[in-house]
Amino acid sequence: MTIASAQMTKRADVTGHRVTGLVLLVIGLAIFGLFGAALEPGLETKFGLNPGFGSQAIKIPDLVLPTQPAIYMLAGMAVFFGAWQLARGFRSVGAVIGIVAFCFIAAFLLWAARGKTFNLVGMLSSSLVRATPIALAALCGVISERAGVVNIAIEGIMLMATQTAVVSATISGNLYVGLVVAILTGMLLAAIHAFLAIKFKVDQIVSGVAINIFATGATSFISSRFLERNTDVLNNSGTFPVIAIPLLSKIPILGPIFFANNIIVYLMILLVVALHVLLFYTPWGLRTRAVGEHPKAADTLGINVYLMRYVNVILGGAIAGVGGAYFSIGSVGRFDEIMTAGKGFIGLAAMIFGKWNPVGAFFSSLLFGFADSLQVKLQILRVPIPSEFLLMAPYIVTMVVLAGVVGRAIPPAADGVPYEKD
Amino acid sequence: MEQTQATPELRSGSTPAPGAPAPGAPAPKARAKQRAQVPSLQTFLIPLLAVLTGLIIGGIVILVTDAVVVAAFRNFFREPGEALKAVWHSIASAYGSLLSGSFGSPREIIEGLQTYFAVGDPAPLLQAIYPITESLVASTPYIFAGLGVAVGFKCGLFNIGAEGQFFVGALGSAFVGYKLIGVPWFIHLPLAVLGGAVAGALWGAIPGYLKAATGGHEVVNTIMMNWIAFRLSDWLLNGPMKAPGYRPVTPQIEASAELPRLFALPIRFNVGFFLALAVAALIYWLIYKTTVGYEIRAVGANPDAARYAGMSITRNFVLTMMLSGGLAGLAGASQVLGIDHWVGQGFSAGYGFDAIAIALLGKSHPAGVVLAALLFGTLRSGATRMQSLAGIPIDIISIIQGLVIVFVAAPAIIRWLFRIRAGREEKLVLTRGWGA
Repeated sequence: MTIASAQMTKRADVTGHRVTGLVLLVIGLAIFGLFGAALEPGLETKFGLNPGFGSQAIKIPDLVLPTQPAIYMLAGMAVFFGAWQLARGFRSVGAVIGIVAFCFIAAFLLWAARGKTFNLVGMLSSSLVRATPIALAALCGVISERAGVVNIAIEGIMLMATQTAVVSATISGNLYVGLVVAILTGMLLAAIHAFLAIKFKVDQIVSGVAINIFATGATSFISSRFLERNTDVLNNSGTFPVIAIPLLSKIPILGPIFFANNIIVYLMILLVVALHVLLFYTPWGLRTRAVGEHPKAADTLGINVYLMRYVNVILGGAIAGVGGAYFSIGSVGRFDEIMTAGKGFIGLAAMIFGKWNPVGAFFSSLLFGFADSLQVKLQILRVPIPSEFLLMAPYIVTMVVLAGVVGRAIPPAADGVPYEKD
Repeated sequence: MEQTQATPELRSGSTPAPGAPAPGAPAPKARAKQRAQVPSLQTFLIPLLAVLTGLIIGGIVILVTDAVVVAAFRNFFREPGEALKAVWHSIASAYGSLLSGSFGSPREIIEGLQTYFAVGDPAPLLQAIYPITESLVASTPYIFAGLGVAVGFKCGLFNIGAEGQFFVGALGSAFVGYKLIGVPWFIHLPLAVLGGAVAGALWGAIPGYLKAATGGHEVVNTIMMNWIAFRLSDWLLNGPMKAPGYRPVTPQIEASAELPRLFALPIRFNVGFFLALAVAALIYWLIYKTTVGYEIRAVGANPDAARYAGMSITRNFVLTMMLSGGLAGLAGASQVLGIDHWVGQGFSAGYGFDAIAIALLGKSHPAGVVLAALLFGTLRSGATRMQSLAGIPIDIISIIQGLVIVFVAAPAIIRWLFRIRAGREEKLVLTRGWGA
């Protein structure tokens, strides 16, 4: 690297930042033009801050905003940040993009719900619920990839666990049995993946795809051979009840979002915290990361690389099993074919966006959950966009996020590389 | 890169070298290498055994989910004969209907031939060969889509999006097929075929570009594109492309855009099958005999070395994904223009995943892909009959496919199961992790 080339990279950087600034500026103007300008003045948008019926939270007044002025303010904010980025440049471009994206979505909601009431807390709470399987898939990805095994089989693992959960819960009449069976299913399938990837050194992506195809076939096979004809005795389990945590669930806004959910959502939040602590504050976590970054060095220090990988992948399978249980016994109480609908893959994107970090993965899952629940709410608001396009939103957001709008993520160094002992 | 610099290893072989292409290898050594390229027995043995093992395990799945067999085994110690009879009956009715659904009955074919030569009446013969032609009909889109996935593998790209590309390709073909009216067939048909290829290519190009420009992994992106394709088609079939009436389907395509059928209905066999074979030959030529193909393989074998040799990774990724998507789009086109003549919801049921199994089973070589596609087409069309006669859900084929992929990717399992000694089997280098 010479000084000249270093300067050139810097210049390219500056151009890149200018382009970003320009794009942001255009977005700001678009907010103004698309949502603000065409409104008749005097309209108001009401954001409901209380969840629906049956909530124990203390009631608070709704947030009422004058639609047009609020949109103008958001447009002004976006234009300001865009112009500043164009002229001077911010140090943290990601944060600026985040702020402008927020302005755009907020303005869009103000516009979509003009003259109506929009239940904000309801949507945020459903974002968390919809983020749950994605976050669990992402956590499964984090724990196996930190140990150096790419697990693309999450989708199939979740699908299989979804089915075993509902069937065992219906037969036994106990939802917790269903949850345990889902976890065991996840561990079994993950163990197969681990066995193929570690013992036979099969291309990990191929093995993952094979498990996905197998799981799709097996669940559909069982569904059409048994479940469709015996729905009542095999495929009708009921769902986990919502458990409102005393006191905490009474807090306005935060209470109904975080503290009035079913057990799977709580489990997910617990797992995020637990995995973070395990990975970064315990010897086990250090070993896991060592195995994923530099297995040879870890091996030299006496860490059993293969064992660490097996344990991590299988633990990941257990987490994906919980995620699978969410789809059936955690939300609708029955199994439908291909009901995971790509959530496992979206979870992988959340893992990458969250930089292979449990907490990061959780927050990016929230983003996907938000996109998912926004789509539902917009259909209710009768926004003049075909519902099919709204349904695409989570997938498009996934691709945009993967494209690394907010900086490129670096996977563990030995991710996906089979380890060969000399 | 000059094509003449290619080593014999890369020019003639059915297998890409895992390392960097080393130009100008000494002559005697090169000849030795060339001899090593003659496909060994194991090249054919392992895939065959993989399919066999998949079928055996599939059979076990059929047995353990058969209530009659399970009931018979409850009494195994009292009446072992009955249990074994139940096993035989279950398997024979399942795989028997699979076989007769795939190939028809030999007796009927011979009788048909006799009638034809004696009386000149082709009707019994046509009826007898109907199952075989249906197998070929089912194989046609598989050849295209399998080639698509295989081309991706050659460049180190794993295209799981054949499903979506198939769907948009079908929609593209259907659109050209019903929108153009009053055009002679020799213009309309090629345009309709092209419509499918272009739509699929565009759908594939997006993940290809994202992979090259941003490193976003094509596995996730192609899956996302699949879901986007499904939603988009929901919208198109309920809106802009909807035929008059209640059902969410496109209008029938014009007769001038149909791939000509060779026999009277109900035989749906059409020239699409020969088109597929021709395209397979073309892809073989492109991948192994041209500079473009050499670059694709070089990038797939070792992107860093290819970059040092002056090849553009971005261009090759986008080009390969366009090719891959275009072939999957052709699969959709062949299905619309040759068989269905319209597109409805759930049109692409499972083709994309089948294509992955086919490409892996065919070792990503066009000839292998054609053979694997014939096999899976036969299985699929037989499975339809198995579903109606023996009541075995057609999803059993997906189970078998998943198993076949595992066994092909992990030949060690097959070797261990059948006690085969390791041969000069090359390692399958297919994809890379998230970073590359």
